[in-house]
Amino acid sequence: MPATALAEAGSAPAVVTPPTAPPSFGTLALRWYRLNRAGLRATAIGVISLLAFLLVWHLLTTYRVVFLVRFTNVPSPLAVYASFSKAIHDPKFLMHILLSCRRIFIGFSLAAIVGVPLGLIMGRFKLVHEIIFPVAEVLRPIPAIAWVPMAIMLWPTNEQSIVFITFLGSFFPILVNTLHGMSLVDPVLVRAAQCLGARERSIFREVYFPASLPHIFTGLTVGMGVAWVSLIAAEMISGQYGIGYFTWEAYSLVQYADIALGMIAIGVLGLGSSVLIRGAGRLVMPWSAK
Amino acid sequence: MSEVSVNTPKGHVEVKNFSLAYETIEGAVQAVTDTQIHVKPGEFVSIVGPSGCGKSTLLNAVAGFLKPTTGIVTVDGERVNGPSAERGMVFQQYSLFPWKTVRENVEFGLKMRGMPRSQRERAARTLLGLAGLEAFEKHYPERLSGGMKQRVGIVRALATGPKVLLLDEPFGALDAQTRVIMQQILTNMWQRLKISVLFVTHDIDEAIFLSDRVYCMTARPGSIKAEIPIPLERPRQQSMMMSSEFLALRRGLMSLIREESLKAMGGEISDMGLQGLNIELHGHSLADVI
Repeated sequence: MPATALAEAGSAPAVVTPPTAPPSFGTLALRWYRLNRAGLRATAIGVISLLAFLLVWHLLTTYRVVFLVRFTNVPSPLAVYASFSKAIHDPKFLMHILLSCRRIFIGFSLAAIVGVPLGLIMGRFKLVHEIIFPVAEVLRPIPAIAWVPMAIMLWPTNEQSIVFITFLGSFFPILVNTLHGMSLVDPVLVRAAQCLGARERSIFREVYFPASLPHIFTGLTVGMGVAWVSLIAAEMISGQYGIGYFTWEAYSLVQYADIALGMIAIGVLGLGSSVLIRGAGRLVMPWSAK
Repeated sequence: MSEVSVNTPKGHVEVKNFSLAYETIEGAVQAVTDTQIHVKPGEFVSIVGPSGCGKSTLLNAVAGFLKPTTGIVTVDGERVNGPSAERGMVFQQYSLFPWKTVRENVEFGLKMRGMPRSQRERAARTLLGLAGLEAFEKHYPERLSGGMKQRVGIVRALATGPKVLLLDEPFGALDAQTRVIMQQILTNMWQRLKISVLFVTHDIDEAIFLSDRVYCMTARPGSIKAEIPIPLERPRQQSMMMSSEFLALRRGLMSLIREESLKAMGGEISDMGLQGLNIELHGHSLADVI
């Protein structure tokens, strides 16, 4: 296209000729670099910024800086690394992590299994919306942590109440975003489906559901974040196991390095689960791939 | 292909004593009043009129999306009560399903009818071939140009073999060159498939160039102001748009529409009032001068 555009403009007769020989490795590498420059730059800056964070942390703790906040007892990155290499061989630490993951998996999955269909149905059928929405709006602002005492009363075991808290945390973001997605479905697409012979059920499956998917995935991502927040709080208050309990226990036992280790583990787990959801979203919605 | 290339013309559209009113807080607002139109089997009929005159409302009633307040809409003697694949529709906004590839979009109507996958894939490929789109069958709509999207939209509406094709300003958003090509494509398809077409546009040239007959509507509340047969011979060439016959038809329709547009804008434009006025602004704002 640029070649013909140039020729039409009549400015330069020198037409760009396509390369005939297969490009050498050098040109390919150069081209790849040019196409991915922005991404490479972001990665490089990201790595540098993480290293800088570690360095500042290291300096603050080795010199035990006291300026407004006190770094006197804060473990250094090296100390945390030492306790990490110990913990990774400790089955108890791994069990804490696995238990937290299991609670997230069950609580979050239940929230998605209930929240998404409920949102879809509420978005489609006014009466269901009118019945359920007021109740949801009253319950929604209550933070999941505030449910802890109630959850302990409601559920026979501690494990169940923690999963319930996790469920509650992720349920409302999933429901609200699904509803939002349903409200934004382009009515022209619904009409297009109708005059191609689609009936109610097909319209639901072929139009409303896929049209809402991007918002459903936003809900799932937000819901996953809130699920971790709720889980850690619940584990700290009422747990016996789990990474949140591990972190709190470390404080009680004056294992300062383990506090930071627990925090970092929570961060990594949260990051990992949102990466998983984003990946699933890309698989399910190939049309929105960039 | 049997469901597509039917040789006996069908699709006799009749709209009788039609009126449509919207309910508002101030009472009923008449959108279309006392309207009769018809489309003979295999005929190409356009509706033109000033914006807001209710031409789209009329088309939507033929499609079955709106119920007439009085009167009746029939196709081949059968009363219309709701959208159906018998009446294919092409919308002004591109209404392809973003989550379906070009071919899946075209297959949609056949899928709704329960046609097995392999059969509808073959039918969709053939149709896309006719429209010169076979190379794009696996693309998602997002990657297509406006003209291509609308071509897919037309093919999709035709795939189920409708009796009537309804088009609501389908080329309004396209640039002039693309529009001309699209008109040619539409004419070709219409002549091949011998179905009735009801075409809504505000472009007078387009209406004359494409149609056997043109209805001109009055300003709101819309009704039929005139019915103009277009005796230009077919096949029609682009060069015909310069012929004295075409220009005469154009002048006639123009003056009809101009009258109605002025009415729609609330009376004559008062450029008479500005005639005696001769303001030289020289960088001052109008407020300063007056």
